[in-house]
Amino acid sequence: MIKNKYLIQRRVVQISILFLYVAANIWGWKVLTGNLSTSVFLEKIPLSDPYAVLQMFFSGALIASDIFIGALIIFIFYALVGGRVFCSWVCPMNIVTDLSNFLRRRLGFNQIQKRQPASRTIRYWVLGLSLLLSFILAVPAFEFISPISMLHRGIIFGIGLGWAAVLIIFLFDLFVLKNGWCGHICPLGAFYSLVGKYSLVRVEHNESKCTLCMKCKEVCPESQVLFMVGKSSEQVLSGECTNCARCVEVCDDDALNFSIRNLIEQKKQGEIK
Amino acid sequence: MKKEVVSDRRRFFLNMARAFGLATLGALTWSAYVDEVTASELTLRPPAALDEEDFLKTCIKCGMCVEACPFDTLSLAKPGDNKPLGTPYFTPRDIPCYMCPDIPCVPVCPTNALDITKVTKNNKLDINMAQMGVAVVDSKNCIAFWGIQCDACYRACPILGDAITIEYSKNERTGKHAFMKPVVNSDSCTGCGLCEKACVTDKAAIFVLPREVALGKVGDYYIKGWDKADEKRLEKVTSETTKTEISNRKAVDSLNDMEGLLND
Ligand code: SF4
Ligand code: SF4
Ligand code: SF4
Ligand code: SF4
Repeated sequence: MIKNKYLIQRRVVQISILFLYVAANIWGWKVLTGNLSTSVFLEKIPLSDPYAVLQMFFSGALIASDIFIGALIIFIFYALVGGRVFCSWVCPMNIVTDLSNFLRRRLGFNQIQKRQPASRTIRYWVLGLSLLLSFILAVPAFEFISPISMLHRGIIFGIGLGWAAVLIIFLFDLFVLKNGWCGHICPLGAFYSLVGKYSLVRVEHNESKCTLCMKCKEVCPESQVLFMVGKSSEQVLSGECTNCARCVEVCDDDALNFSIRNLIEQKKQGEIK
Repeated sequence: MKKEVVSDRRRFFLNMARAFGLATLGALTWSAYVDEVTASELTLRPPAALDEEDFLKTCIKCGMCVEACPFDTLSLAKPGDNKPLGTPYFTPRDIPCYMCPDIPCVPVCPTNALDITKVTKNNKLDINMAQMGVAVVDSKNCIAFWGIQCDACYRACPILGDAITIEYSKNERTGKHAFMKPVVNSDSCTGCGLCEKACVTDKAAIFVLPREVALGKVGDYYIKGWDKADEKRLEKVTSETTKTEISNRKAVDSLNDMEGLLND
């Protein structure tokens, strides 16, 4: 079996989506027009970023039905498959931060920096602040500074000085804080963590097969969600898991696999209320 | 010396206070930055755009209008453009708006930041209703004001003869020539910028500014007494009479009052 099956699939999906947007702008293909803020799929179906629409709502804008429906479609999709599937399968910033993380491991920076000095809950503060600021400033506050949008729009419409913002995140993740942007700061990641809290697609850990090699925790961008590795057999239920499947593919012992969330059984065991 | 023990309760409050302080710091930096990137009152928007304040709330920065424009007039502001980030704008001297009769950029806007009702009359699209900006003539540097013949902007204007008219007057310097000066009528000018594009001077002597920037506002003190329609404005006056110490007396009294003026 190829070791990087999912990684390759993810890159193919990420780059194809980007390519469709670029093709819409350059050659007028009508498959996917617009950008990740709002798109139209096949000239009919609106797709909107629910977080952007939420900020618009807080800023006091009138929400047109097009983007409301679009946001609902996206919201329901990610609520079912796991919100942070956006992060690992769609978001272009993921390619940048994954590269940082890869270099980090290669260059051995992870060895000298064992303890993470920052808390992963910062992102929820940023999320809350973005809504508060949208209300106070009466503009969608994160949309105007979002490096994700800068990068994404930049690829489609020309990047200008936006590359500097992306470079800063790259260097920050590489030299300052492991998974600094995606794992600690990004409010969109925080938003999708909440959206995907009760989603159906889950990674499942089988303790009896685990040999405690810890390769999964080494590659996982949100390693705190794998707290059960080697301790008990259970599903990864945290919405912070990006469903990137890196843990699944690096595990030589088949101890981690995708599964469909077993809602009924968990309800019986009282794990979710 | 014994180290002071911090109780769990105290630790909790300290942590909360610290998180709150950091969040405030973050919020201040953030809002200062947003103020910076959203501030540019000189930005020209696509046709039918909402007022700037509402536009900034409503535009989701999708670029649909940019993609719809067949002339590549519009672009989304990038870092470095000094325009509100990600929002559509155009630079007339580079590419003006060609005022397409079917206005392809407007109906595609998914958020109504470009409001189709602003360019619709009797259920029909009318690009002449657009108010992207208004052209302003720099009369010191417009060569027509020097007496040199030029009507480039006048000819380029799609609402020729209405948005720009030519004002004739005698050139006293030569005694036998005429000035033919372009004059913009701000009621019909749409701000498309075709005139700015066409202007022959090095840097255009006619250029488009957002209407809020270019136009003055009279207020309620002055009324065109000869214009019935203008008198209507009096019905909605908001200005008040200022009352000061001096207005307690009759005007004549205060005018004749020399007190304190001739004393020394
Ligand atoms: S955390 Fe944010 S930047 Fe990272 S992949 Fe997710 S959405 Fe993109
Ligand atoms: S009216 Fe035509 S030329 Fe003008 S901005 Fe819209 S699409 Fe472009
Ligand atoms: S189509 Fe509307 S929402 Fe999209 S960029 Fe243009 S003005 Fe903004
Ligand atoms: S901007 Fe210039 S060309 Fe366009 S309508 Fe106004 S005066 Fe005419």
